[in-house]
Amino acid sequence: METAVTKTGAEDKTWGGGNKPLKVSYGKMMMWFFILSDALTFSGFLAAYGFSRFKFIDSWPIADEVFNHFPFLHGVDAPMYYVALMTFILIFSSVTMVLAVDAGHQMKQKKVIWYMFLTIIGGLIFVGSQAWEWKNFIKGEYGAIETRGGQILQFVDADGHRVALKDVAVLDSHKEREQHERKNGLWFQKEGTLPTYTIGEIKTGFEKRSDLLIRTQILNEKGEKTVLSREESWRRLQADAIGIVEGANLQHNEYGTPLFANFFFFITGFHGFHVFSGVVINIIIFINVILGTYERRKNYEMVEKVGLYWHFVDLVWVFVFTFFYLV
Amino acid sequence: MAHDTAHHESNTAKIWKVFILLSVITIVEVILGIIKPAFLIETTVISMKLLNWIFIILTVWKAYYITWAFMHMEGETKGLRRSVVWTGIFLICYLIFILLTEGDYVYEVFKAGHKSWDF
Repeated sequence: METAVTKTGAEDKTWGGGNKPLKVSYGKMMMWFFILSDALTFSGFLAAYGFSRFKFIDSWPIADEVFNHFPFLHGVDAPMYYVALMTFILIFSSVTMVLAVDAGHQMKQKKVIWYMFLTIIGGLIFVGSQAWEWKNFIKGEYGAIETRGGQILQFVDADGHRVALKDVAVLDSHKEREQHERKNGLWFQKEGTLPTYTIGEIKTGFEKRSDLLIRTQILNEKGEKTVLSREESWRRLQADAIGIVEGANLQHNEYGTPLFANFFFFITGFHGFHVFSGVVINIIIFINVILGTYERRKNYEMVEKVGLYWHFVDLVWVFVFTFFYLV
Repeated sequence: MAHDTAHHESNTAKIWKVFILLSVITIVEVILGIIKPAFLIETTVISMKLLNWIFIILTVWKAYYITWAFMHMEGETKGLRRSVVWTGIFLICYLIFILLTEGDYVYEVFKAGHKSWDF
């Protein structure tokens, strides 16, 4: 705001602060350079993701198999539809934002209020969708076996369809292992949640169902996961299997290399945090618009500045969408 | 002040046009991602599938429209535009080049080295 700047009386002189080569206000210029630095932060994350992916180029999880949920369609294989929908929601909220900026230029307060409201709603739907996406990712669907070398083994039937652990395991009613809680130890310690099944139960189940095969992380030349023969499957299971993985956290995930889940949590989480803070900032400006602050200021540039930030969030999502879900 | 409020005509028509364009690009991306045409996967250009190149080019195209039309970069002065866009593009290309080269090298070491990492 110009009124906040102390006048020196030398504004018209080139070296007296009168020269404005970029012809933008201080706030808008700083928003642009903040966006530049933030873009570099995100690029750092995405480039690191690319590094890890190139490192494990022949064993990276296939996104279509991981993100294939759609609300109310249980058990339906719907790769990418939901993320595509999320992308549309975010692009659309970007459109309503730019319409709000446009209305601001024409000093139409009512229209600015309406469009900013739509933008905020779009942002909230997006954050909610991302939370749902995280929930599915963390919960997992089929479960997998972890080997000594940190590899993931998944079960498939003769047709190559995934089989969940619960359909493999034959429950052992004389299980000796019990969850250790704070109350039943000598020291007041507890352990992490035990997996639903034990390795023994899975092995028994695998032996009983002769149609089951094991699928490894390694991609074949067609870009599909390698399925082992029955004998080889049984050998891997006996020799290497040490644990059960259900869902995903930062150490293990049932989809493949741990780095995949780490980058998923980190990048979409950092982006989700940007969307969330964008919504908060939008709400603050929204309230200011309703109160008529910018009518009195005779200038809606503040809406334009938060608009820049909001579009940037959309811009980042376009790249996250490509590198996480498409490529 | 940056904006003379009296002389701003509405850009609504252009905004909707850009929205339609962005939507069409996204739909094309999703359709390609679902059907995955065989010849696009089998063709490799500069050690990457042609399909992935198409995705990346479409993404950069979308990014251009978001920055230029929605963020109104086209209306800024040359100085601001270049200091933001060129700085970003240069540093990002540099970083990606270095990290991907290194990642590919590590992959070769894992594959060809004496030690097995899948023990």
